[in-house]
Amino acid sequence: MNLDFSDEQKQLREQVRRFLSENCTSDTVRAILEGPESYDKKLYQGLAELGVLGAAIPEEYGGVGLGHLELCVVAEELGRVLAPVPVSSSIYLTAEFLMLAGSEKQKETWLPKLAAGEAIGAFAYAEGQGRMSLAKIKATVSGGKLKGTKSPVADGDVADIAVVAAKNEKGQVSLYLVDLSGPGVSRETLESIDPTRSQARLSFDGAQAELLGAEGSGWHIASQVLDRAAVLMAFEQVGGADRSLEIARDYALERMAFGRPIGSFQAIKHILADMYVSATLARSNCYYGTWALNSGAAEFPVAAATARVSATTAFQHCAKNNIQVHGGMGFTWAFDCHLYYRRSNALAVALGSLSTWESQLIERMSAGNAETAA
Amino acid sequence: MDFKDTPEEAAFRAEVRAWIDANAPKHLLEELKNASFASNGVVSEDPIAAGKAWQKKKAEAGWACLHWPKEYGGGARTPIERVIWGQEEGPYAALTGVFTIGHGMCGPTVMSWASEEHKRKLLPPLASGETVWCQLFSEPASGSDLAGLRTRAVKAEDGSGDWIINGQKIWTSGAQYSDWGLLITRTNPDVPKHKGLTMFFLDMKSPGVEVRPIKQANGQSSFNEVYFTDVRIPDSQRLGEVGQGWEVSLTTLMNERLSIGSGMSTGFPELFRFCMEAEIDGEPAVKDSGVRSKLAQFAVKQSGLKYTGMRAISALSKGEIPGPENSIGKLVAGATMQELSMFALDLQGEAGVLWNEESPQQGRFQAMLMRSPATRIEGGSDEILRNIIGERVLGLPGDIRVDKDVPFKDIPTSGRKKK
Repeated sequence: MNLDFSDEQKQLREQVRRFLSENCTSDTVRAILEGPESYDKKLYQGLAELGVLGAAIPEEYGGVGLGHLELCVVAEELGRVLAPVPVSSSIYLTAEFLMLAGSEKQKETWLPKLAAGEAIGAFAYAEGQGRMSLAKIKATVSGGKLKGTKSPVADGDVADIAVVAAKNEKGQVSLYLVDLSGPGVSRETLESIDPTRSQARLSFDGAQAELLGAEGSGWHIASQVLDRAAVLMAFEQVGGADRSLEIARDYALERMAFGRPIGSFQAIKHILADMYVSATLARSNCYYGTWALNSGAAEFPVAAATARVSATTAFQHCAKNNIQVHGGMGFTWAFDCHLYYRRSNALAVALGSLSTWESQLIERMSAGNAETAA
Repeated sequence: MDFKDTPEEAAFRAEVRAWIDANAPKHLLEELKNASFASNGVVSEDPIAAGKAWQKKKAEAGWACLHWPKEYGGGARTPIERVIWGQEEGPYAALTGVFTIGHGMCGPTVMSWASEEHKRKLLPPLASGETVWCQLFSEPASGSDLAGLRTRAVKAEDGSGDWIINGQKIWTSGAQYSDWGLLITRTNPDVPKHKGLTMFFLDMKSPGVEVRPIKQANGQSSFNEVYFTDVRIPDSQRLGEVGQGWEVSLTTLMNERLSIGSGMSTGFPELFRFCMEAEIDGEPAVKDSGVRSKLAQFAVKQSGLKYTGMRAISALSKGEIPGPENSIGKLVAGATMQELSMFALDLQGEAGVLWNEESPQQGRFQAMLMRSPATRIEGGSDEILRNIIGERVLGLPGDIRVDKDVPFKDIPTSGRKKK
């Protein structure tokens, strides 16, 4: 049995962590939080040059040809430092859509650019308030022209292409690749709880839309890609949860009250112990998720939802309690606690909210995979 | 990343599987699968005798106490081999639950602290299941604060060198059928509490030892009180020096927490099965979104514990020492089981109050509800486990101990102000 990353993968982790410690500090994140830019271009380019954007993209399409285990390692590191870059939209989602359902030409055109950070992709499926479902999709494609509004679209304001879920002429949900620089596209950056990951509204009025995958297979493809992205994002969340715990632990060791370090009080110690518990459960579930993703196991849908539910819960738990351990200082703009709190709650509703994944997990288990959780 | 055995592990597993298949008491399998908190599930014959018979069979073939050296009756196997054995033994392991404390805690303590003569005399029959041991540590006034124990050992006045024991222990599992007990006592009340303790082992048939079952809050009696009235123990049965008892007890307690990848039950598979069958407004409960949210949170705890265990096993397989992750096991399992049982009763509606033949799954959830408070206390309470995680894993400072330098006899015994 070997439910652990290999030595090579651990070396990759060290390499990425070193790179990020120099290139993605709290100041980097705050520059995006407070400034006009939607993401850190220099950091994104650096990640591309390091080869990590293309970690799971085959070499023939300009990637490094490693695999999803390596991409999970990268995701965890990005999550630890709250990297303000569109990796999830461009790599976990768009590149995965292309690899799973793209035509040869679509792959050749876009994958090398995504791997090199020369183009950014986004996934546009939500249409306003409420949990996402098939019935809510109103965007339509007729004669290759897309009409409709998508909101929120993560990284939609900076993306070059979008994978858009829309109904075809027969009313079937299909996926389309849309070049966002073309005519008939307008976009607007939206305010959100976490400006370090931008959100946008994309409005389409006759934009050129190219079918991605078979007609009417939109939801089928999307659910497979969302499962993959869920595991990758769960690693980001575990990275964030671990880092929140470390920050809280360090503060509890340093901060004195009533003549002693606050970490010596059981009221604080037990909060930290519970953070460790939730982060540990999430990490173990993520290892299960990435094993299933990488090995193509039949139980992958259950494993993906398990990793996602566990990691969302852990990151929210750790980020909110990191503020609690800090007391008033945790609620200042100057301390980083709110950066993690923002990100934890933004990621909790990305790719479908927690309750959506909880429901999917149980639906999948009751569909015959119950023994996998026993 | 994979869940496969190495070729050596696979060969070992095949050997174990074949032996168990040829030797296990298969006629007891169905009963063992229904093992509950109070027993190993065997009702068709004497459960203790059945456990002793299985242990003897294992010992004769070299499968007893795999983690012990051979000269003391063990199997001298590697940790990963021990894990594989446990996986293959499966429900049959419940048969030998009566030896868990002896093999896992008392035996290793004797091995570390007893004379060679005693080790050769005591350990082989413990390994082969001829003798049962219990652990006489907790007292009515000292649970988490074990070092506050009050059972006294004083030197006999007859010059024999023997010790005379008076006092009371509590929460002693298996005392009623134990042959030997590991006993921690106070030999000096004039020094701070940790420094005045001394460890002994004693024959449970000694005159003056009285075992009384405790009637527990759930109505069962799986624990005992043990009273000592002028019980005489020869000095040769002392483990460690006089006053070194605390250090000796740490050997025992460290071994208590060493069980790796044991995968404590949370009750989730049973709850899931129940939710597939139970109905809400004519639909299976599992289709209800509120039920799904609750179930999902229980599911990820169950699965998180399972894969945390597998990460520890992975480390063992590579010959590494597992990280501290496994320290979360009982903390998560105990609280989850309690919450989960309350939820199962909730789904039963008004009938959730009943604990009779109508109750789903033979009243399993009612039994869990009534037993789970103990799981959160025994073998280290939730609070002690959080302290351990906080201090040993996260490196936080210990609490300030106001009784640290106070002679034991001067430590206050009541929180009420004297009138």
